[in-house]
Amino acid sequence: MGGVARALLRRAVQAALVVILVSALCFTLVRILPGDQALRIAEGRYGYDRVTAAAADAVRAELGLDRPAIEQFAAWVGRLARGDLGASLVTGERVVAEVAYQLGHSLMLALAALAIALVIGPILGLFAGLRPGGVVDQAGMVGAAALRAMPVFALGIGLMLVFGVALGWLPVAGFHEAENIILPALALGLGLAAASARVARDATVAVTSAPFFRFALLRGLTRAQAVWQHVPRNAAVPVLAYLGVQLALLVEGVVVVESLFGWPGIGHALSHAIAARDVPMLQGTALSLGLIFVALNAATDLAMIALDPRRR
Amino acid sequence: MRGLRRGSARGLAPARVLGATLVGLVVAMAVLGPLLVEGSPTRQDLSAVLQPPSAEALLGRDHLGRSVLVRLVHAARLSVSLGAAAVAAAALPGILLGLLAAWAGGWTDRVLSGFGDAVLALPGLLLVLLVVALAPGAFWPLFIGLSLAMWVEWFRVTRAASAALLASPAVEAARLLGFGPWHVLRRHVLPEMMPLFGTLAAFGCAGAVLAVGALGFIGIGLRPPTAEWGLMMVELLPYYDEAPLAMLAPALCLFALVLGLQLLAGRDPR
Repeated sequence: MGGVARALLRRAVQAALVVILVSALCFTLVRILPGDQALRIAEGRYGYDRVTAAAADAVRAELGLDRPAIEQFAAWVGRLARGDLGASLVTGERVVAEVAYQLGHSLMLALAALAIALVIGPILGLFAGLRPGGVVDQAGMVGAAALRAMPVFALGIGLMLVFGVALGWLPVAGFHEAENIILPALALGLGLAAASARVARDATVAVTSAPFFRFALLRGLTRAQAVWQHVPRNAAVPVLAYLGVQLALLVEGVVVVESLFGWPGIGHALSHAIAARDVPMLQGTALSLGLIFVALNAATDLAMIALDPRRR
Repeated sequence: MRGLRRGSARGLAPARVLGATLVGLVVAMAVLGPLLVEGSPTRQDLSAVLQPPSAEALLGRDHLGRSVLVRLVHAARLSVSLGAAAVAAAALPGILLGLLAAWAGGWTDRVLSGFGDAVLALPGLLLVLLVVALAPGAFWPLFIGLSLAMWVEWFRVTRAASAALLASPAVEAARLLGFGPWHVLRRHVLPEMMPLFGTLAAFGCAGAVLAVGALGFIGIGLRPPTAEWGLMMVELLPYYDEAPLAMLAPALCLFALVLGLQLLAGRDPR
């Protein structure tokens, strides 16, 4: 179990770094933004029309905004540690409540995209790798190279215009029906699928030219049996390892795809928070995206350990 | 395998040639375009809104009557120079600190590597977004954010590759012969790492160009009326039916540049 403990410890350190980095940047942001901070927070609490100078002073005293920066930062982190992320400056809602609602949508989208990357990509890569240089291989790899160079937003628009507008098969926006997730998940997942196809193809070529594979055929297994027995398990390790590296792209893509499709997730809220300079929301959404990133990384680590005994 | 072999040291694989051609075309467009195509990228002509291609505006006009071609070449200049500048600003500290970590080892290495891990804890675009939040719409936070997110990759690759090179017999011999660090670096370490740096530069530039486009597209990168590919696409999205070419052209340019850089880079080093 040494491998599992080490992996989890590493990810715990990463999670701590995410919290420190995001909170420090957001704290800096609050201090350099123009205008009276206490007044802005009071506005967030009581509404634009009901805020008074006295309310602002009360906020200033309560939050210690007149204290030195280092003390304020300690207090900021202290509130964060108690799970108090403050209230949105735009809606006045508690950030924790807003993010909790958005988290489900973002996770659903990210997992759907991962599923696409883990199904379409490796299967295509397997068939390409079984006949290196063949038609499937050539066409598949050209397609994969093109998909990887395609900006997520351009791919999303293309999918919208083809399947949503021209063919009319799928809805381009909305989030209440199950079919609403298909286009955003494809926009997010196809690029990852292209990357995993390429890795699965190379792994398949490596396995089918390995001595143990030839031995399996000599033992009298048919080619299909030998492929089934050796390729998936051996190819899964590099595919997962590469997907782990690509997780950053997934989280980055979430921000773009959610904004494009109006998907009510964390990424969408993040870009709104930046545009509106809503620092509490910005901190809440950036923290959750960062922590999703860490959690997905940890899940990949554990899956790799489960698949590959050498890592235990 | 034969048909698909990736670029060897001689760099004559078809994929590389295609990549170099695409990058060359976009760079030529960025350098020469604004000289060859007359006009301002922000000059509006509201009497010629969404006009199809004509002699004055070869790619037609956008929803404010601005020439799409003029905007396209200015956007090319912006993306290419921002990408190159961000790569340079990431490469310089990354290489220097990587060499320092590999050379000094011990605590220097541990502190620098820890710092690198801290930056990598967040996805790159998230870091860029947080820096961009300091001053949305401005040019400099975009540049700083990109360099801040990208230097780590240079640092890690340089550190790993130069540590291996510094342990080689050639370096040991040079040291025993009394050559100083500068000679060892110039003679044994840096020349070996040049191909690696080339790959990193191409991937980094592709990533930066994509990030600038993505941020422009979601409305938190550069602001209108700047001519930027991502921004042009989102501005023209409502008019996809009337002026498809005006929306397609920036997408194609961005795609060509990124594909070219990725093909030129060869395999992903990570």
